[in-house]
Amino acid sequence: MKKLLSIILACLMVFSVAACSGGAGNQNSGAAAGNKVKVGFIFLHDENSTYDLNFINGAKEACDKLGVEYVLKTNIPEGQECYEAACELADAGCNIVFADSFGHEDYLIEAAKEYKNVEFCHATGTKAHTENLPNYHNAFASIYEGRYLAGVAAGMKLNEMIANGDITADEAKIGYVGAYTYAEVISGYTSFFLGARSECPTATMEVTFTGSWYDETAEKEGAIKLINNGCVLISQHADSMGAPTACENAGVPDVSYNGSTESVAPNTFIVSSRINWAPYFELIIKAVQNGEKIPTDYTGTIETGSVVLTDLGKVAPAEGTQAKMDAVKAELQAGTRKVFDTSTFTVDGATVSTYMADVDTDAAYEGDHEVISDGAFNESADGFRSAPYFDLRIDGITLLDESY
Amino acid sequence: MKKSKSEPLFHIVKRDTLVWYKAWGIRAAAIIAALIVCGIVTTVTTGLNPISVYGAFIQGAFGSGRKVWITLQNMSILLIISLALTPAFKMRFWNIGGEGQVLVGALATAACMILLGDKIPNPLLILIMTVSALAAGAVWGLIPAVFKAKWNTNETLSTLMMNYIATQLVAFFTVVWEVPKGSFTVGIINQSTNAGWLPQLFGSKYLLPIVVALVTTASMFVYLRYSKHGYEIAVVGESEKTAKYVGMKTEKIIIRTMLLSGALCGLAGLLLVGGINHTITTTINSGQGFTAVMVSWLAKFNPITMIFTSFLIIFLERGAGEVSTNFGLNQSFADILTGIILFFIIGCEFFITYKIVGKAKKAEPAGASKSIEETKTEKAEAEEKAEETAEESKAEETEEKTETAEKTE
Repeated sequence: MKKLLSIILACLMVFSVAACSGGAGNQNSGAAAGNKVKVGFIFLHDENSTYDLNFINGAKEACDKLGVEYVLKTNIPEGQECYEAACELADAGCNIVFADSFGHEDYLIEAAKEYKNVEFCHATGTKAHTENLPNYHNAFASIYEGRYLAGVAAGMKLNEMIANGDITADEAKIGYVGAYTYAEVISGYTSFFLGARSECPTATMEVTFTGSWYDETAEKEGAIKLINNGCVLISQHADSMGAPTACENAGVPDVSYNGSTESVAPNTFIVSSRINWAPYFELIIKAVQNGEKIPTDYTGTIETGSVVLTDLGKVAPAEGTQAKMDAVKAELQAGTRKVFDTSTFTVDGATVSTYMADVDTDAAYEGDHEVISDGAFNESADGFRSAPYFDLRIDGITLLDESY
Repeated sequence: MKKSKSEPLFHIVKRDTLVWYKAWGIRAAAIIAALIVCGIVTTVTTGLNPISVYGAFIQGAFGSGRKVWITLQNMSILLIISLALTPAFKMRFWNIGGEGQVLVGALATAACMILLGDKIPNPLLILIMTVSALAAGAVWGLIPAVFKAKWNTNETLSTLMMNYIATQLVAFFTVVWEVPKGSFTVGIINQSTNAGWLPQLFGSKYLLPIVVALVTTASMFVYLRYSKHGYEIAVVGESEKTAKYVGMKTEKIIIRTMLLSGALCGLAGLLLVGGINHTITTTINSGQGFTAVMVSWLAKFNPITMIFTSFLIIFLERGAGEVSTNFGLNQSFADILTGIILFFIIGCEFFITYKIVGKAKKAEPAGASKSIEETKTEKAEAEEKAEETAEESKAEETEEKTETAEKTE
């Protein structure tokens, strides 16, 4: 085996000579590297996923603006690799480590226990408020407000189609491609539906689930199935271009998520809501720079610039959509209109006056917090948690499959 | 036609066994050639300095103490799976079901941790986990083996299809055990109590798989080279008919070997869930059941050589990740580099087995004006010839083996 070893060693030497002479030109640095803060980001996929791309853009924007150094790690699975990536980032001198996927949470907590001087921030997670770790934080945004506004645009499109005689009022059926029957998805499609129904009272919705956050084929097939079922408008909560592409091919108007899909669907794209993560990233960087505390649960809103809508599509949207959306947005901001107003929906034919939501994550899926007050469901509210927990099955929405 | 008179530009001829330094010289040349091609591709497509890209490869695998440990840990798991597949391959039983066998082992481990965690003492739990992981993997190997032994079904297809069943089983139980509901995530199992977590050796969370891999490598080496079982596997691999002729019970050997192969895959599953990830997902094995096929073949089924081939694969994988992080490139670019390097390494084996003989210099100049088409046909002929020679020599080898087998009997 000596020969083998010597060859391997020789190869290693070739490599290491290369390493020495090259000098690792790693890490991206922002405009001015004056501040000592360095942020490490962990992403589930890379920029091909609209979900991760949205985070990557936010990360670059915030870090470049504040001139801090940052490292991006893409394609990190939801397993021990996440823990290892977090530890490697901490070892490399990051003061803040951020992860973007739900399944990263437990592994980030493990790393947070080990590196007490590093701040660990996690988007979409649910455990920060029960873990009691001073350096572990959750963040999300009141994206249900953005979804609601996108729903308003969808409702106006339905009205236009009814007015044009393309469909009858009873045929105003929306299709929705979701990932899992998870609260975040339920909250998303319900708020979208309520927005649409606030404009088009006869609207109904069918939802199908793909069983994956990113599966282009399944999302495309899901959208086609819904269109064949008679859905006249499609929206989605999954991260590929599958559904928008299917809509463009079938000529069915589409409301997407995570960013504009106008490039693949120029004729059918209406609008897209997304979370802008840059304000949160700026907040945590500034907090570390100034030695301030990072909130355990942070919910970005329309005010903080976290919940945003893209520009409307050039072809598909109905007349006057932008003005209507702006008006509704003002009402939401003023608090005169609430997305989950209990007078706007029923469950099994009855108005909901009390509901214990499963806010604390544990193996028992039991409600532990009363979340209905002042005639509305308090989603992502103070004192609960930032990640959505709305999981009521309201009337008017039909789930085609529930295997996930 | 004049073709029959003129000589081809070159033939391909099977070599006699090459002296070791020449063989390794060819391999080294292949690696250097691969690095040069990678360098050109890097500069042309990204404008980066290829040398700093190679530097990042080293960085990724050995950049810090933790990175070295992770590299060794990943290498150990891949090595165990490769070792698991090896006895089956030596027997010419194409077990490409490593992925599924690892997954069911992982699933069995996770089931024990979730259902029995905190209900029974930890050492007992770990014992049950180990037994059920090995048993689950063994059963997953046994099913295709029985079908092959009894009805001579195609094991390539059956082992492959068993993978999908395993993946779907894991997906099903992920939904059963998911926390919170609908998230399709099991999360870390027993995070607060650590029940069923495999013990750390000498306070290092990375050491256990490494030790297990080393022990497995040594045992597999001895098993294949010095045990009667190992010998039987080799004979069945060379020729099943020969094995039958000399009175070996081939059905028994196939089933026994696949039980071993599956159980070892189950062991890898145990380490993945109980020792490393502490969770279960459909992608927990990240395709290593297939990568292991390459590791095993590259090493020509020699367990000791497999240490190096598994190292090579993991080194490239870790390096590729670092390249994409450091230079802000897409992971796919690093995968392209890995692909080029592997292509050269696998391709160079051809030049170790065969040599290209140029046309003799005395040949008439008329040959030079030959049309390209003719050259092509001739080349094909030459290749056919080479193949024939290869087959002949293989047949000879088998005969030799048979003789020895008879002697021992």
